[in-house]
Amino acid sequence: MSDAAAHAIEHPTTTGIDSRKVAIWTLIGSECLLFASLISTYLVYKGKSLVGPLPHTESQCMLHGKMQACEPIFSIPLVTFGTAVLLFSSFFVVLALYGAQKGNRKMLITWLSATVVCGLFFIGMQVYEFSHFYHEGLGYTTNLFASTFYTLTGFHGSHVTVGVIWLATLLVMAIRGKLPAGKSLNLEIAALYWHFVDVVWIVIFPVVYLMR
Amino acid sequence: MATSVVDHAPASHHEPHTGIWSWITTVDHKRIGILYGVTAFIFFLLGGIEALIMRIQLMKPDNTFVSPELFNSLFTMHGTTMIFLGVMPLSAMFFNYFIPLQIGARDVAFPRLNAFSYWVFLLGGLFINFSFLINAAPNAGWFGYANLTSNQYSPGLNTDFWVLGLQILGVASMAAAINFFVTIVNMRAPGMKMLRMPMFVWMSFITQILLLLAFPVITIALVFLMMDRHFATHFFLPEGGGDPILWQHLFWIFGHPEVYILILPSFGIVSEILPVFSRKPLFGYTAMVFSGAFIAFLGFGVWSHHMFSTGMGPFADAFFSLSTMLIAVPTGVKIFNWIGTMWGGSLQLKTPMLFAIGMVAQFIVGGLSGVMHSVPPADLQQTDTYFIVAHFHYVLFGGAIFGLTAGAYYWFPKMFGRMLDDKMGKLHFWMMFLGFNITFFPMHFLGLNGMPRRVYTYPGDLNFEFWNQVQTWGSLLLGVSFLVFIYNMWKASRRPADAPADPWRGATLEWLIPSPPQEFNFADVPPVHSATPAWDLRRAGGGTLPEPQRVSGAGIHMPRPSYWPAVTAVGVLVTIGSILFTHAFSQWYFITLTGAAILIYGIYRWAYEPAF
Amino acid sequence: MEKSSGLVRRLARQAPALCLLLLIAACAKDYPQTTLQPRGDFARMVDDLFRTTVVWATIVFVLVEGVLLWAIFKFRGRADDPEPRQVHGNTTLEVVWTVIPAFILVAIAVPTVKTIFKTSDYATGPGVVQIEVIGHQWWWEFRYPELGVVTGNEMHIPVGKTVNLRMTTADVLHSFWVPQFAGKRDVFPGRYNPLWFKAEVTGIFSGQCAEFCGVQHARMGFKLISETQEEFDAWVARERIGSPLVNAGTVPADTTTPADSAGRAAKLAADSLEQAGRALFSGAGCIGCHAMVGTPLASATSLKGPNLSHVGSRQTLVAGLMPNTEENLRKWLANPDSVKQGTLMVLPKKLTDAEIATLVAYLRSHR
Repeated sequence: MSDAAAHAIEHPTTTGIDSRKVAIWTLIGSECLLFASLISTYLVYKGKSLVGPLPHTESQCMLHGKMQACEPIFSIPLVTFGTAVLLFSSFFVVLALYGAQKGNRKMLITWLSATVVCGLFFIGMQVYEFSHFYHEGLGYTTNLFASTFYTLTGFHGSHVTVGVIWLATLLVMAIRGKLPAGKSLNLEIAALYWHFVDVVWIVIFPVVYLMR
Repeated sequence: MATSVVDHAPASHHEPHTGIWSWITTVDHKRIGILYGVTAFIFFLLGGIEALIMRIQLMKPDNTFVSPELFNSLFTMHGTTMIFLGVMPLSAMFFNYFIPLQIGARDVAFPRLNAFSYWVFLLGGLFINFSFLINAAPNAGWFGYANLTSNQYSPGLNTDFWVLGLQILGVASMAAAINFFVTIVNMRAPGMKMLRMPMFVWMSFITQILLLLAFPVITIALVFLMMDRHFATHFFLPEGGGDPILWQHLFWIFGHPEVYILILPSFGIVSEILPVFSRKPLFGYTAMVFSGAFIAFLGFGVWSHHMFSTGMGPFADAFFSLSTMLIAVPTGVKIFNWIGTMWGGSLQLKTPMLFAIGMVAQFIVGGLSGVMHSVPPADLQQTDTYFIVAHFHYVLFGGAIFGLTAGAYYWFPKMFGRMLDDKMGKLHFWMMFLGFNITFFPMHFLGLNGMPRRVYTYPGDLNFEFWNQVQTWGSLLLGVSFLVFIYNMWKASRRPADAPADPWRGATLEWLIPSPPQEFNFADVPPVHSATPAWDLRRAGGGTLPEPQRVSGAGIHMPRPSYWPAVTAVGVLVTIGSILFTHAFSQWYFITLTGAAILIYGIYRWAYEPAF
Repeated sequence: MEKSSGLVRRLARQAPALCLLLLIAACAKDYPQTTLQPRGDFARMVDDLFRTTVVWATIVFVLVEGVLLWAIFKFRGRADDPEPRQVHGNTTLEVVWTVIPAFILVAIAVPTVKTIFKTSDYATGPGVVQIEVIGHQWWWEFRYPELGVVTGNEMHIPVGKTVNLRMTTADVLHSFWVPQFAGKRDVFPGRYNPLWFKAEVTGIFSGQCAEFCGVQHARMGFKLISETQEEFDAWVARERIGSPLVNAGTVPADTTTPADSAGRAAKLAADSLEQAGRALFSGAGCIGCHAMVGTPLASATSLKGPNLSHVGSRQTLVAGLMPNTEENLRKWLANPDSVKQGTLMVLPKKLTDAEIATLVAYLRSHR
C-alpha cells in the first residue's frame, strides 16, 4: 500500500517501529499546531463580532433584510450527542483493530462499520448544524464569530471526512478479505489518525461550545 | 537496516539513468537531490538578478531605472524567492542527497513522497514566478502585512499569486519534513545512535521539527488571508472587527522559526567541514547538539521581537527582548565550539574550508547586530531600516549561503564524481567575500543614518548616495563571483568523472562509497561506533582507506520508479491555483474540482501501486 | 595556489587601511535623517542604550574575530602533516564561554528593561502639546485638537516642550519616524498608538514613513519644525484661520480698504485672484478632497487630501517630495502621476495652463 510497507517487511527500522507509524505521529504533531492556530484565532476574536448572531448571547442581527433581535445560536444538546458519538467511534475503532490483529474478520468488519457509521453521523450532524445556522442568519462572512467558527469546525470536519473515507476504504478491503492480521498495521495507522481527530474535537467542544 | 545484501525473488527495479522520463519518474533520493539543487540554483540566480536590478535603481537618488510598482515586486519576489525557492530547497538538496548517505540508508523512508515534494516545489515555484509574465508579480512584501494585502489596497492578482504560491510550497515543505524526520528516526545504520549522528544530520533533524511546527501556522494565516481576499471575510480587516496585528503574530510565529529553518542546515554543513579540514573532531559535540536544539526551542518564543514598533506595551517588549537575548548564549556556544574545533588542528585551507570559515566570521557580525536590536528601544530606531537589511543578510547570506556554498564545494565530488577546481574556488570565495561585505556592511551605516527599507528611491538631500553606490558595485562583484562558480562547475562537467571516493579525508559514511554513489548507496553498511565512522576505519587501516569498488548490486531491492507523485503534484497545483479565478468567472470551482479529481486519483493510484 | 594566496595576502594587508578610509567617509558626511545625532530626549535615551550595546558588540567582535584569525594563521597545516591531537572538547572551557556571554547580556538587559519602561508611557500633564497623527497613503496629517489646527506633512512643535502624539491611520499600516527625536511607532486602523518626545533645539528635521504601505511608501516624508514658543504661537494663530476645527472653516471677510491707490489696485487684484482661485478650486473638483480656507468644506474628518489652507507657507510639496516652489507646484498640478506615480491625487479633469497658473497663484497666496 505504501513505500515503507515493503521496507518494513524487508528491513528492520532503527526504532523497531514501522516508518508509516512514525510518519503519522509526526503528522499528528504538526497538525496540533494547525488546530492551535485555528483555536487561538477563535479565542482572540471571541466577543469581537460587530453584529449577531452570537453563540451564547442574544444579539442584534440582520435577518430577512432587517435588523432584529435574535437568540443565541448554539444548540448544546445536539452537539453533545455528536461529541459522544465521535468518542464512541474511537472506542469502536479500537475493537476493530483488536479484531484485525487477532485475525477475527467478523469482529473487524462489525466494529469498523460501526466506526464509519459514527463518523458519518458526526459529519451529518455538522452539515445539519451548519445549514441550521445559515438559516438563522449566520453566513460564513456574517461576523468574526461565524468566520472563525466555520473555519475551525470546517477544518475539523474535513479531517473527519478524510478519516471516514480512509476507514471506509479499509472496510472495503476487510470485506474483500484483503486486510489479514499481517496487515493490521494499515488499520492501526488510520486509527491513530482517527483518535487524533477525536482528541481535537475534545478540545474544540469545551472551548467553542461550553466556554462562555 | 540493510547491513547485508538480501536476495529476493522478483527482479529488482534498478532505474534507467537516461532520458527525461527517468527524471520525471525517479524516486532515487540522489537524483531528486540533484533536481532540487538545479531548480533551486536557477531560482536563486533569479532572486539574485532581482536584487541586482534593485541595486542599480538605488545607485543614485530619484533614479527611474525601474518604476515604483516594479521595485515593490522586485523586493517582494527577491525575499520570497530567496527564502522559499532558494535557500530552503538548496538545503533540501543536501537533505535529500546526504541524509540517507550520512546515516547509511538505501533511500529516504518514503521515496515517492520525496519525489512528490520536489514536483510540488517546482510547480509552486513556477506558479509564483509565472505572475511576472502577466505583469502581476506579488508586491506587498514577503511578510505581506495586513491590511495592505486586502482587496481594497492590493487589487489584482499580485497578492493572490503570493498567497497561493506559498500555500503550494508549504505542501512541499511539509511532505519533505515528515519524510526526513522519519528517515532520520528510523533508517539509521546499526550502531548509529542519536548522539553519533553527523552534525549535519542533527541540524537537519532539528530543521525538520521546526518545519513541522512552524508551517501549519503560516498555512492557517494564508487560509485566513485567502478567505479575506476571495470569500469576503474580515479576519484581518478592521471594517469587520478584524485586527491586522493578528496577521503579524501568526506570520512571525512562523517567520522566526523560519529563520532557523534557513540557517540550521548551514550550521550543520559547517560543523561537518571544519573538523574534516582541521583534521580534528568537532569540539564539544554534545554541546553543539543541544545548543542547536535550544536555539530551535527558543525560536518559538521570540516572534514578537519583529513587532517592537507596533507598541505592544512594556511587559511584552521586555519579555520578548530577554528571550531574544537568551538565544545569543547557545549561538555563542556554537561559534566558540567551531573556533575550538580549529584550535590546535592542522587546517587545510581548501575552498570548502574557506567558505566555512567565512560563514563563521560573518555570522558573528549578524549575531552581534542581532543582539543590538533585541534591545527594543534601540530597535525602534533600527527596525525597518537598512540596518536590519544588513543584519539579516549577514545571517542569511553571510551565514546560510556561505555555508551552503561550502557544502557545494565539499560535496560536489561526491555528487558528480568530479573535483571542482580549487584555485577557481578560492577566487570565487574571495570575490564573494569582498563583494558580500562591500554590499552589506555599509548598510549598517545607512540604516543608522536614517534610510528606511523597501523604498524604491530616496531624495538626494539625505546623502544616502555614496554608500548606495558603493553597495551597488559590491553587489555586482558578488554577482560576478557566481559566474566564476558556474564556470567552475561547467569546467568540471567537461572533465572525466575520476574523483576519488574520499578526496578530503572525510569523517562520515558517505566517503566510504564511490563518487558518485551507486543507486543503492551501500552494498554493505559498515557498523558505526562513533560520530566519525570513516575516521575509525581509516585509523584501523593505518591511515589509509582502500578505494571502494563499484559492485553489481544485483539482488538489491530498490523502489520502483513512479510518475504518480508528479501527477499528484499537478493535482495540488490545480486545486490550490484554481482560487486565482474566483473573481474572474463564477464557475471557478470546476477547476478546483478538476484539480481535486487529479489529486485523489493520483493518491489512489500511488497507494495501490507496488513500491518495489 | 601560491599565486592566488599571495594576492590574498596583499589584499588582506590593505584591508584595514581600506576599512578605515571607508569609516571616515561614513562619518564625514552630514545625514539629515540620522539616528546617531539625537536632538530630542526620547532619541537620546535610545542612543545612550545603543552606544552601550555597540561597545559590548565591538569588544566581542574584536575578541572573537581576533581569535578566529589567530587560529587560521597559527594552525595552518599541510596535507602531509601528522594528524593533530584529537581533542573532543573541554567542559570547563565550554562552561566558561556559556557563562561569559550570559553576563554580558545581563549587562545589556538591565538598562534595556529600564529604558523600555521609561519610553513606553503616554506623556501627560500641563504644558504637554497634544498632537494627533493620521497616516494616509502617502502623506501625513497632523491635528492639534486643543489648538484647533489641521495640517499636513509639516509638524510644528515648540522647543523644550514635551509633545504627545496619538497616532492612527486612515488606511493601511504606516510608521511614524523622526529619527533625531524618537524611535518609530507603527500606526494601525482603529487604534491609537502613543509616542512622545521633547525637542532640545530649534530647526527643521526630516521624518519618513517606515512601514511599507504601498506604491509610494518611499515618498511619504514629512518635516518636523522645532521653533521657539513665540514662533510656534504665531504659526498656530495663522493656521487657525480657516481651520476645519475652528468656525467650521469660515473666514471673516476682509472689509478693509487700503488708503492709497496702489494698495487698492493690489487688493483688487488679490481679491479677483481669490475669487477666481476659489471658483476653480471648487469647479475643478479639488474641493472633493482638500479643505481650503474660504471654500465650503468637506467635513473635517473625511478629508482624503491634506488641508491646503496655508499651503503657501509650507517648506515642501507632496509629502516632502520637493521644495515648495512655483515651478514644482505647476509641475504637480499639470500631472500628479508623472511626479509621484500611483498617487491617489487624481484630477477630475485635465487643467489648462491658464487654470494651472491661476491655481498656483491662488494656492501660493495663502500663507
